[in-house]
Amino acid sequence: MAQVPEISIDQSQFLPESGSPGEQSSVPAAPGEVSAIRAFLSSRGNSAIADLSFHWLMVLCALSIFGIVVLIAFELVVRSRLAWNSFGLDFFYRAFVDTYTNQPMYWDPVNGHFSALPFLYGTLVSSFLALLLAVPLAIGVAVFLTEMSPGYLRAPLAFITELLAAIPSVIYGLWAVFVLVPLLREHVNPWLIKLLGWTGFFGDDNPTGLGFVSAGVILAIMILPIISSLTREVMTAVPTSQREAVLALGATRWEMIRMGVLRNARIGIVGAVILGLGRALGETMAVTMVIGNSPEIRRSLLANGSTMASVIANEFAEASSDLHLSALMELGLALFIVTIIVNAFARLLVWAVTRGEPSAAR
Amino acid sequence: MKTELKFRAKFLERKRAFTDGAATFLAVLSTVLVVAPLVAIFAYLVYKGASSLNLDFFTQIPKPVGESGGGMANAIAGSAILLAVGSLIGVPIGIAGGIFLAEFGRGTKLANAVRFTADVLNGVPSIVMGIAVYSLIVVPQGHFSAFSGGVALGIMMIPTVCRTTEEMLLMVPNAVREAALALGVPNWRSVLAITVKTASPGIITGCMLAFARVAGETAPLIFTAFGNVDWSGKLNEPIAALPLQIYVYAISPYDEWHRLAWGGALVLIVLIVLAVSLVRYVTSRGVLKGAS
Repeated sequence: MAQVPEISIDQSQFLPESGSPGEQSSVPAAPGEVSAIRAFLSSRGNSAIADLSFHWLMVLCALSIFGIVVLIAFELVVRSRLAWNSFGLDFFYRAFVDTYTNQPMYWDPVNGHFSALPFLYGTLVSSFLALLLAVPLAIGVAVFLTEMSPGYLRAPLAFITELLAAIPSVIYGLWAVFVLVPLLREHVNPWLIKLLGWTGFFGDDNPTGLGFVSAGVILAIMILPIISSLTREVMTAVPTSQREAVLALGATRWEMIRMGVLRNARIGIVGAVILGLGRALGETMAVTMVIGNSPEIRRSLLANGSTMASVIANEFAEASSDLHLSALMELGLALFIVTIIVNAFARLLVWAVTRGEPSAAR
Repeated sequence: MKTELKFRAKFLERKRAFTDGAATFLAVLSTVLVVAPLVAIFAYLVYKGASSLNLDFFTQIPKPVGESGGGMANAIAGSAILLAVGSLIGVPIGIAGGIFLAEFGRGTKLANAVRFTADVLNGVPSIVMGIAVYSLIVVPQGHFSAFSGGVALGIMMIPTVCRTTEEMLLMVPNAVREAALALGVPNWRSVLAITVKTASPGIITGCMLAFARVAGETAPLIFTAFGNVDWSGKLNEPIAALPLQIYVYAISPYDEWHRLAWGGALVLIVLIVLAVSLVRYVTSRGVLKGAS
């Protein structure tokens, strides 16, 4: 407990001719030389060392995020070196030939032939199919929630859309295997084959219902919430003055949305769509359960296929040789690089529209 | 000529009104199409899963194929252990990163880079995290372990916790910080005991959000925790996890296992919905209203 110091004020200090300072001055009367360490310690009171160490501890933890990215990249590069040395760059497009059937063969663990082409094809086809289905619906939901819905519906519907994002991938897969695939197999696929079979993209040689169409539908359901919530965010970021200006010119509500809001938000919407694409590229569990897992390239969208993530999930634990494991690691590295680029690009687009508000998109 | 113009004007009017109505209809239709799968999933989960939830489910381990009964008790316990290890790693580092972004690095280029990297890291597929942790921990150790599974989950929690902590800390008014500094409280103590404490409801809900997200992750656990048909005690052994067990049972050909998978899915989804609703409730009340 501090004692109140004796204060004795020398009245003479206020007289113009005398110059002695008061008793309670805290600055040393004779400044002289003060070492840098003493200056530092006295500048922060008693806690200079604690403050400094706390500061650097926080910096270290923030830098750990960079460390994680570097660590993942390092591990993937090191483990995929064997496959890289064996195949080089044509790992991504080479086609071997099956000696028995003379058909192209891409993934042959028995003979040590590995090519990533069917998985690149599968990833791209399933992701774009998902985008085709999800983007119109997501933008429709976002438009409804932002502009058209009555106030009392807004919060529950937004909550429901957020809930869609929180459901784990494996539960989507479970539901897809037991509900969605039979539904598509019995009711939707026959119609697709009947109506669109002439295009060549809907063959009837796969009666299981698994395949790219099922994977596309379940992926679409999974990426909908992301695209929709980000689109809502960029649409609310458009200033009201834009909407009012278009309405003042005599537009209907849809014309106001189209010209005043969507036109201004289109960069952000593109960013949201690309972010959804990034999520679809890396989605593993639900896709593994419904895509049929066959490392082949077929023209039919109803055929079985495989994506980069699904083949890793399926074959990693049972990889038969070092080369097999290394090839899977190289697939993982390719997936890592692609998703980082896609996500970085998308985040830049969204940031450009919402002007850098720190927003954790959930 | 005049009637032609009038006719054209009326036609355009009708066309614009029609487009407006069609757009509204399409928007409502897409909302219904989005809400329908969610309702369908929940309804089906409750319908299929409720019948397999009994006391056995929560207390017994899986029985051999062909016998009925058994439960997923080891998977639930295993998930709890994995999440505990993951939180131990992810939450402190994440909160510390968030403190840096909000308190020490506000506006600096380093903070912007960290924030951007955290967002990008959130988008990396969980299976890539899984194989990276496999190569980092499982290969040198020579066996699957609960520890490696926990590390994989913890690394996935760090970016989410970091971003939400930063957002919550930014909401604390500057007057609180300045008051603490004006009283002579050391900087480190002011940050920890005053700023973080004020924002603690929000930070806790951020951790819960990361928790809920990571609780449902399967892919990183396939090659790290690997799964276990029995109870597992130590961190050095493979351990069962609820989402992993659901995956294995779902793709199996046995009806009994399918029944267990539905039950497990119901348990998982109920926990996650509870966590998300709690998060929403607390953040809607405002960060500072519940401040201690």
